[in-house]
Amino acid sequence: MSDHTKLEVEHELEIAFQAKIDDEQKVEPKDWMPEGYRKNLIRQMSQHAHSEVIGMQPEGNWITRAPSLRRKAVLLAKVQDEAGHGLYLYSATETLGISRSQMIEALQTGTAKYASIFNYPTQTWGDMGAIGWLVDGAAICNQVSLQRTSYGPYARGMIRICKEESFHQRQGYQIMIELAHGTPAQKKMAQDSLNRFYWPSLMMFGPHDSDSAHSAKSMKWKIKRETNDDLRQKFIDQTVSQIEYLGLEHPDKALVWNEERNHYDSSDLDWDEFYSVINGNGHCNRQRIQHHIKAHEEGAWVREAMAAYKQKKQLKNATNAA
Amino acid sequence: MTQSTQNKVDSKQDLINYLVRLGDDSIVLGHRVSEWVSNGPFLEEDIALGNVALDYIGRARLFYGHAATLSEDGKTEDDFAFLRDEREFENYLINELPRGDFAYTIVRQLLVDLYNKHHLQALKSSTDETLVAIAEKASKETSYHCRRSTSWALRLGDGTQESKRRMQLAVDDIWGYSHELFEVDALEQRLIDAGIAVDCEQLKQQWLADVEEVFEEAGLTIPEATWAVRGGRKGYHTEHLGHLLTQMQFVHRSFPGATW
Repeated sequence: MSDHTKLEVEHELEIAFQAKIDDEQKVEPKDWMPEGYRKNLIRQMSQHAHSEVIGMQPEGNWITRAPSLRRKAVLLAKVQDEAGHGLYLYSATETLGISRSQMIEALQTGTAKYASIFNYPTQTWGDMGAIGWLVDGAAICNQVSLQRTSYGPYARGMIRICKEESFHQRQGYQIMIELAHGTPAQKKMAQDSLNRFYWPSLMMFGPHDSDSAHSAKSMKWKIKRETNDDLRQKFIDQTVSQIEYLGLEHPDKALVWNEERNHYDSSDLDWDEFYSVINGNGHCNRQRIQHHIKAHEEGAWVREAMAAYKQKKQLKNATNAA
Repeated sequence: MTQSTQNKVDSKQDLINYLVRLGDDSIVLGHRVSEWVSNGPFLEEDIALGNVALDYIGRARLFYGHAATLSEDGKTEDDFAFLRDEREFENYLINELPRGDFAYTIVRQLLVDLYNKHHLQALKSSTDETLVAIAEKASKETSYHCRRSTSWALRLGDGTQESKRRMQLAVDDIWGYSHELFEVDALEQRLIDAGIAVDCEQLKQQWLADVEEVFEEAGLTIPEATWAVRGGRKGYHTEHLGHLLTQMQFVHRSFPGATW
């Protein structure tokens, strides 16, 4: 086939592909897809998986210090769910032709990213409440819309993940209710956690649509179904009454209801801080990756032993069969 | 108070003390296993170890909860876990040892899981109905734990030279803490006589047979040395427990009377 014909064929395939997307049909692993679509998905899905995995660290930081046995059990179960989400997402991403070890290498060498929210330190028990409520809450806004994403394995994974995430959000909010309605010291803890995690949670939706490098293409391919700014607005709106119910002060002093837009107007975010943390200046950027590398390296002899044992067994079975 | 009422009160207090020490075993080991979250050799193990930790923490809640109900003085499960000091904890020492490397954790789990298999089986014959119910639930979990720790012991014992070296080292370092699992003190003897507690001495031969079977297949050897460390049931602990409790209890104790 000449290069020219190849290009023509590719062009036709792309047209058919886009028609399928426009028709709301799911793309499945064995279907033809443009290289850009595959790459974009690998980037987004592996980043999502890495976020689940790295997210185990800031919450894992409080399992051994949880203030009651019930809270300890709930937090442990939650962190375990996050590991499970990481696992589904790695598996779903593997259907695009990349291995888990390649993805882990990309995480550890910094070529793949994870959600920057996990570069913020968890300093108090209140942060377990704020993370469940706000961070998981923001993640849910995004993930609910991803249940309709165009790639089949990703969309189906999201349906299950969303169910579990809504439990996580409730457990976080329940922690906040206990604190906010508890002793003055507990209420202070709740307010402090809200103040620290509110803004980074809004930044989880990513840059403004106008500044987002991947948005336009992702929307056309229906990998993303709603824009960063629309999802962020939804989250801002839904959080107002939740803060009111807790009886805490809203961290955004400029927040005001806009009758015309039917939405809250709010302060612009500190994007310098956002990019600064993404670029390595958060409290925990280095710690998170070093922790991951350390656990991975300390486990190398275990993985080698497993492989050696499996090989020995296979050899033995083969000898017995012969 | 008549003599028979006094006896009733004493035996109730004995049962409470027994439940609390069983709770101590579970919470302390659950704490240690929970330290593996995000530190496992691969993601599936983070999940599996989290599961095992959850089972132990759940078990602690059942034992402490039963003790709290019997106490009839407004105590809760959390009072037992968070408001007692190191000298009052009566868990076996083996449970409080630091998590070590993965081999160390697997060897400890294997020894404790196989112990629990027989212990819980015997506890099902207790005359205390709630204890029987707890044992029924826990032994289902333990049969899974035993499968897991046995298969890991085989893989690591018969994997590479390095994994075998680490496993044997762990066996040598932990073995001395296994002896006190099979010793009965006066409190337990009274409860054994009343048909409530398990006579641990009776479990040793079955346990040893189980361990030997796994060790033989895994190529591990039981140390011949007579080294034995004792004291858990008397609150005579290693230096590790104090640090574990400091971490576990600090938030709870920093806010007296708060609910969470």
